[in-house]
Amino acid sequence: MNAVLDFIAALGRAALNLVRTAGALTLFGLTALSHLVRPPFYWRIFFGALIEIGFFSLPVVALTALFSGGVIALQSYTGFAQYHAQGAIAGIVVLAVTRELGPVMAGLMVAGRVGAAMAAEIGTMRVTDQIDALTTLSTNPMKYLVTPRLLAGTIALPCLVLVADMLGVMGGFIVSVVKLDFSAPAYIAATFAAVKTIDVTVGLAKAAVFGFLITLMGCYHGYTSRGGAQGVGSATTAAVVAASILLLASDYLLTDVFFSQ
Amino acid sequence: MIQSTPKIRIRGLCKAFGPKIVLDGIDLDVMPGTSMVIIGGSGSGKSVLLRCILGLIPADAGTIEIDGVNVLTLPPRRREEVIETIGMLFQNGALFDSLSVWENVAFGLLAAGRRHGRRPSRAEARATAGRMLEQVGLDPSVGALSPAELSGGMQKRVGLARAIAGQPDILFFDEPTTGLDPIMGAVIDGLIVDCVRKLGSTAIAITHDMASAQRIGDQAAMLYKGKLIWQGPAASLLNSGNPMVDQFTHGRREGPISMELRR
Repeated sequence: MNAVLDFIAALGRAALNLVRTAGALTLFGLTALSHLVRPPFYWRIFFGALIEIGFFSLPVVALTALFSGGVIALQSYTGFAQYHAQGAIAGIVVLAVTRELGPVMAGLMVAGRVGAAMAAEIGTMRVTDQIDALTTLSTNPMKYLVTPRLLAGTIALPCLVLVADMLGVMGGFIVSVVKLDFSAPAYIAATFAAVKTIDVTVGLAKAAVFGFLITLMGCYHGYTSRGGAQGVGSATTAAVVAASILLLASDYLLTDVFFSQ
Repeated sequence: MIQSTPKIRIRGLCKAFGPKIVLDGIDLDVMPGTSMVIIGGSGSGKSVLLRCILGLIPADAGTIEIDGVNVLTLPPRRREEVIETIGMLFQNGALFDSLSVWENVAFGLLAAGRRHGRRPSRAEARATAGRMLEQVGLDPSVGALSPAELSGGMQKRVGLARAIAGQPDILFFDEPTTGLDPIMGAVIDGLIVDCVRKLGSTAIAITHDMASAQRIGDQAAMLYKGKLIWQGPAASLLNSGNPMVDQFTHGRREGPISMELRR
């Protein structure tokens, strides 16, 4: 009987923790967003974060997209060749990349790279009193540390995904033309015939949501970290894990909203 | 004429973290222009007291008056204005490692200028930071360095320069000599005394370094188990007549203060 009660109590504690964290996170996000319309806005921090997220993530996102596009072309060729449907490969590559792989792969790469770095940086500032120091120097830490990063993440990720889309399609093109002997003009024509504006724009909209979620997780876990180096390490791990899960969950929801008919 | 209204007046201040009571009805007056040193063992609530005054930690009960105004009941914007008049030297310096030394020193000036719509140019702010660095015995060329390139003593001095840059009415020092060798500790204490006198500020320093407490303080108080158990002139710290203070200041193992050690 006691074991059952303990189990129910543990479930209750976990549920309460979940609700508490969700509430705190929502409040954190809304407070940060409210600073967007309340001056001052820290443009230097914003541009710094934009370069960190958008520019320095380019190599990893570009390589990931390039190879992913190539892998899709190879894998779909293996399957489609059995049904003599190789002509559909260009369409498969472009739709997979623009609708899903571009935003998701770029998002996961940025979550690992930027979300972790943000949580570590802000977490270190928390445990070394730098955030308290900001308050004593007439500076709201949310306005200074969180709001510019959220905006930068929301803007930078769609730009990265646009590049990832192009490179992903290029990866598929290179593999199809060089390795699978497709005609280059025919492949390009099939690509443009298959893709619609909505495929790209919804992918970019997804990327904006992912960018917001990744930076929100990085900032939230860093800002609320406690207990020295170990606390910062835990915050970093939690930021990446939470961002990745939220990213995939929101990807499903957005796909369901935009593409399921 | 002696001013009778305390610059900082604390009454019945309480703070607990869960079941642990950290501050248990603190009453404290700090008169304008005086330096109050608060001593006490590790975990006795000294830092929490300063953080409650600064609003970094919300107090559970009591009042904290600065210039006769209870800051605990002020709306956020008004409270920010009060905090603007306070400079703080953190225990580990708390310098922003993403900024250069001069940007650290000028940070408060630029932030306050931004708030009041008369933000100094970066060149002006850098020049002011240079003067502040000179005031704490550092060469202005140090301003171009990153905080990570400085020694512990230099970081403390930069922290002090940052705290005094806005010419605050009130200065807080959180264990200013911790982690420094005795000579550098004395240098920092001397700089603190000079800065406080030059600005005419009211200061509260928390420390468990007795030499530092006597150098910095005009008045002293001891915090033990969340209560102020003694207040008096800093000069009488070593012969206060209070057995607890005597045990603490002389570092005696035996006495009325028992360390909670697990055996």
